Amino acid sequence: MTTEVAASTADPDTGAPAGKKQLSEGKRAERRLGLLLCAPAALVMLAVTAWPVIYSVWLSLQRYDLRFPGQTEFIGLENYITVLSSPYWWTSFGVTMGLTAVSVALEFVLGFALALIMHRTIVARGLIRTVALIPYGIVTVVAAFSWRYAFTPDTGYLAQLLAPEAALLTERMPAFGIIVLAEVWKTTPFMALLLMAGLALVPDDLVKAASVDGASPWQRFIKVIVPVMKPAILVALLFRMLDAFRIFDNIFVLTNGAQQTGSVSVSTYNNLIQGLNLGIGSTMSVLIFITVAIIAFIFVKGFGTAAPGSDDGGRR
Amino acid sequence: MAMIGVATTRRKIQWSFLDLLVVVYALVPVLWIVSLSFKSKETLNDGNFIPREWSIQNYVDIFQTNEFVRALFNSIGIALISTFIAVVIGTMAAYAIARLDFPGKRVLIGVSLLVAMFPQVSLVSPLFEIERALGLFDTWPGLILPYVTFGLPLAIYTLSAFFKEIPWELEKAAKMDGATPAQAFRKVIAPLAAPGVFTTAILVFILTWNDFLFAISLTSTEASRTVPAALSFFTGASQFEDPKGTISAAAVVITIPIILFVLFFQRRIVAGLTSGAVKG
Repeated sequence: MTTEVAASTADPDTGAPAGKKQLSEGKRAERRLGLLLCAPAALVMLAVTAWPVIYSVWLSLQRYDLRFPGQTEFIGLENYITVLSSPYWWTSFGVTMGLTAVSVALEFVLGFALALIMHRTIVARGLIRTVALIPYGIVTVVAAFSWRYAFTPDTGYLAQLLAPEAALLTERMPAFGIIVLAEVWKTTPFMALLLMAGLALVPDDLVKAASVDGASPWQRFIKVIVPVMKPAILVALLFRMLDAFRIFDNIFVLTNGAQQTGSVSVSTYNNLIQGLNLGIGSTMSVLIFITVAIIAFIFVKGFGTAAPGSDDGGRR
Repeated sequence: MAMIGVATTRRKIQWSFLDLLVVVYALVPVLWIVSLSFKSKETLNDGNFIPREWSIQNYVDIFQTNEFVRALFNSIGIALISTFIAVVIGTMAAYAIARLDFPGKRVLIGVSLLVAMFPQVSLVSPLFEIERALGLFDTWPGLILPYVTFGLPLAIYTLSAFFKEIPWELEKAAKMDGATPAQAFRKVIAPLAAPGVFTTAILVFILTWNDFLFAISLTSTEASRTVPAALSFFTGASQFEDPKGTISAAAVVITIPIILFVLFFQRRIVAGLTSGAVKG
């Protein structure tokens, strides 16, 4: 124990080579164990994500249609030109961006309200938290079927209530509304939980002090609570934005991408499984990957240390 | 005193009203699908929120089809195995992250964050091709692989947050008494960590139970199709019947485990979801 402490205190300024020599037996065992324990997780994650991504870059450079395997050949960037010049792709890209923006914005507002209720309610707090977890836990496809049947003409209670004469899921804008509704319903509790974790970090004294100084509830919220919660807010927004960008299940069940309501994930799936065009499907995969990477990059660069993991240990 | 009493009563009523809104919000879509599943075939399309005629025929029907029973078996088996593997591997990694000092720690944290944010659809095309080549397409391992992969970041984040809460001193004491780091892990930390591991298992199970994209892309037959994927292929008891009732019944069946988890482990789930996110 004492040698370990001595070694590590002597380390910082002497540089790596000297430090390595001075590593005690225990320290080296610790390093070895650390690497050993992490190896399986790292291997699985890399094998199932990194390798397929590299492979899909390779596939995206080929003409590869499973219906015509004989015509497979290397064609460079031609698939990218095909996809990027196709209005179909840009429609689904726009749809995805629009759905992401609208649903995350709504989720944020509703999620904050729900977080405040879960955090502050003086009646049945456990019950509220339990109930709020149901949308989070429920299988997305199940919820999507519930919404679909609710809006099916004749069958659905919402269809009868809101528009007895129309088939809302077959009209473009109403269909978007229903997709957003399904998405917001399902994910607001998750947003609320992340925000509630942030709320728990706001010191009560601070809010009380502001209240004594004459701040209105709204001022307390905007000037005291929100700034303290900023890291939690950014994490919640980043997580939900990247998650919303992947939207698939709800659209698949509700409209299956009809009336130009398909997201990029739905388009990619349709190209692959129904079109059996691996080249184009892989090209779309790569483009989606790049888009997500850009969103994440902007977030992490723009907000720096707020990103989870970027300051491991620092905040504690 | 009387004034305060009135004030708290009014506040209680206000909060009760807000609580009620939350309950309605969360439960209405669930109750609707439950209601549909209990409607008789004649009243299925009457648009009533509450069934006019109650019937369990839909449940009887789905449990008589191999389509559903097999899918349920697949769902349970695949989710349990994936959860088990992800939690075991994740526990090892999270322990190392929380307790040990070693090079590459930040890289692992970064990689798991990347995987957590990864667009799953980007994996669908290459995995489809790779799994066909390896003979994993439409098999259990073919789905377990991606599920473990996407369960791992969640497991690592949640568990390392839990592990950081465990008192360091106990491990040090064990090492002082001559235990190796590996022994300290098995005999001292593991029992203390069990509640965290259990919570993580629930979260990972919910994640895999929920998946739809991989389930419909990487399967093609009943051999490995899980319930969420099988739902969209459902027909009624006969091919020409309206499948709404049977789909609803199947949907309710796969919601039961989620409801049970939420009812019994609400505190743990909330703690698990919030700890990983804030403390990361």
